[in-house]
Amino acid sequence: MHEIHYVWQWPVRICHWINVISIVMLSITGFFIGRPFMTAPDTSLYIMGWARMLHFSFAYLFTVSVAARIIWMFIGNEHASWRSFFPWLTRKGRAEFVEMLRYYTFTGKHTSRGIGHNPVAATAYFGIFILFIFQIVSGFAIYGQFAPGGLWDGILGGLNVLVGNQWLRLMHHGVMWLLVGFTINHVYSGWLMDVKERTGTMSGIFSGYRFSARKDH
Amino acid sequence: MKTDLDIVSPPIPEEILQRVEAKGINRRDFIKFCTATTAALALPVSFIPTVAQAVEDKRPPVIWVEYQSCSGDSEAFLRANQPTAGELILDLLSIEYAEVLMAAAGHQAEEAKNQAMEKYKGQYILIVEGSIPTGAGGGYCTIGGQSAVDDCKKLVQNAAATICVGSCSSFGGIPAAAPNPTSAVSVGSLVPGAAIVNLPGCPVNADNLTATIVHFLTFGKLPAVDRLGRPKFAYGKRIHDNCERRGHFDAGQYAESFGDDAHRQGHCLYKVGCKGPETFHNCPTIRYNEGTSWPIMAGHGCIGCSEPEFWDTMSPFYRRLPKVPGFGIEDTADKIGIGLAAATAVAFGIHGVASCFRKGDSMEEDKTGKEG
Repeated sequence: MHEIHYVWQWPVRICHWINVISIVMLSITGFFIGRPFMTAPDTSLYIMGWARMLHFSFAYLFTVSVAARIIWMFIGNEHASWRSFFPWLTRKGRAEFVEMLRYYTFTGKHTSRGIGHNPVAATAYFGIFILFIFQIVSGFAIYGQFAPGGLWDGILGGLNVLVGNQWLRLMHHGVMWLLVGFTINHVYSGWLMDVKERTGTMSGIFSGYRFSARKDH
Repeated sequence: MKTDLDIVSPPIPEEILQRVEAKGINRRDFIKFCTATTAALALPVSFIPTVAQAVEDKRPPVIWVEYQSCSGDSEAFLRANQPTAGELILDLLSIEYAEVLMAAAGHQAEEAKNQAMEKYKGQYILIVEGSIPTGAGGGYCTIGGQSAVDDCKKLVQNAAATICVGSCSSFGGIPAAAPNPTSAVSVGSLVPGAAIVNLPGCPVNADNLTATIVHFLTFGKLPAVDRLGRPKFAYGKRIHDNCERRGHFDAGQYAESFGDDAHRQGHCLYKVGCKGPETFHNCPTIRYNEGTSWPIMAGHGCIGCSEPEFWDTMSPFYRRLPKVPGFGIEDTADKIGIGLAAATAVAFGIHGVASCFRKGDSMEEDKTGKEG
């Protein structure tokens, strides 16, 4: 028998899927901007223009989504809370973290069996949020170069001087690849836990509901 | 209805033109110079008489010093055509000391410099070319027995204003490129807080230097600058945003290599490493050598020479992004990224196969189910 829990509230799910779409679009258009792999046969086309327009539009969408998710960390349920991203702050969290890590490394037999983020995943998501914020900040800093003295240049232009605009570009590009690596990891782990834990890991991010074995003791 | 075309410049007063002519400068050349400089400073046409008066009336003492430099900026200035270098140097400025130009040499020259500094204390314009090496107690560059560090500090502190010409004096430039063996620094970092304006570029654009001097003569202060101390009139816009090849960039037409068909068609140089999108300078509008041409017009990408640390951050010059620190020169960020993604996929693939075959990790209720 299973108990059904409402785990992922709708703002969490919406932000998740907006992030997915944004990251896919931003990675494709961003890669194209860095390395234009299509060449226009004639001047009437506007390929780079559209790629940049899409990149900047999805950048704004992604920024709003990440900001909304961060705000929800202070409003939403315990699984959405900022506390869930720091499992190692509690003794129980630390124990579950070790248990989960042992499961992944084939040295333990059991997963941590929570219904929210598993503690290893939660720690990774904390890192991912840092990367998201880095991408947003570095992206808008180099975007702002088109209008010196404008809004983004005023807010973030100092970074171009402090770090150097070419290093910012290199890091913005490098972090994209880290996020590609993360996505592979994320989908794989989701699949693995869906198969092994059978708590609705995969369907949970669509429906919001996950299951847990009823504790009979 | 009044349109822009109706705005006519007030005339330059006749007596100014007569005085200029008396000095042997062609009246027409003088008017052209004042107009071009007013335009370079992005001032309205109504300022032309003000500029003319300032230029004619004040003959500021100038000291031009060189430290770790190639004299490229002096060369660029001597090739300035508006007005011809001879006129500018002999009539509009009073050059007290300039190693490339002066007849005097050795201790005689140093004496002239010290005298000028004492005589025009707080009044002269100092122009610095080249970076200042601080390593070995300043021993890497000495002039007349005095280190560049001491010489530069003294000259900057006694100047009315200091203009750093070229990327070396503005940001350290090529001598300061990694590993910077002489610990070369810019004038701004050697004498923080002094009245300094940076005119980076390799070399400086002589028109921007002229305009900066004229701005100082006209308004008695240095022009408004950006975060890097560069005048906004010259460095306020990105090369990419005023580039004549920008249409090809937005369309998606790129030269893949030098000499290919797209290159011969004049398409965008983005894929052969043009740093126009990373560089702030007025090259596309003011150009070089009497407005004849500039690098992108001539078919070579921008190398970002007017940005800080350009030798380290804008290279490889024919690639878009810098070399990834710690990796080989052929490893681009994308090669490393694809390698990372592939390694991740392989690692998790193996983990997945292993997980499929692992035993003893079934759920408790599976066992219950089987038992029941």
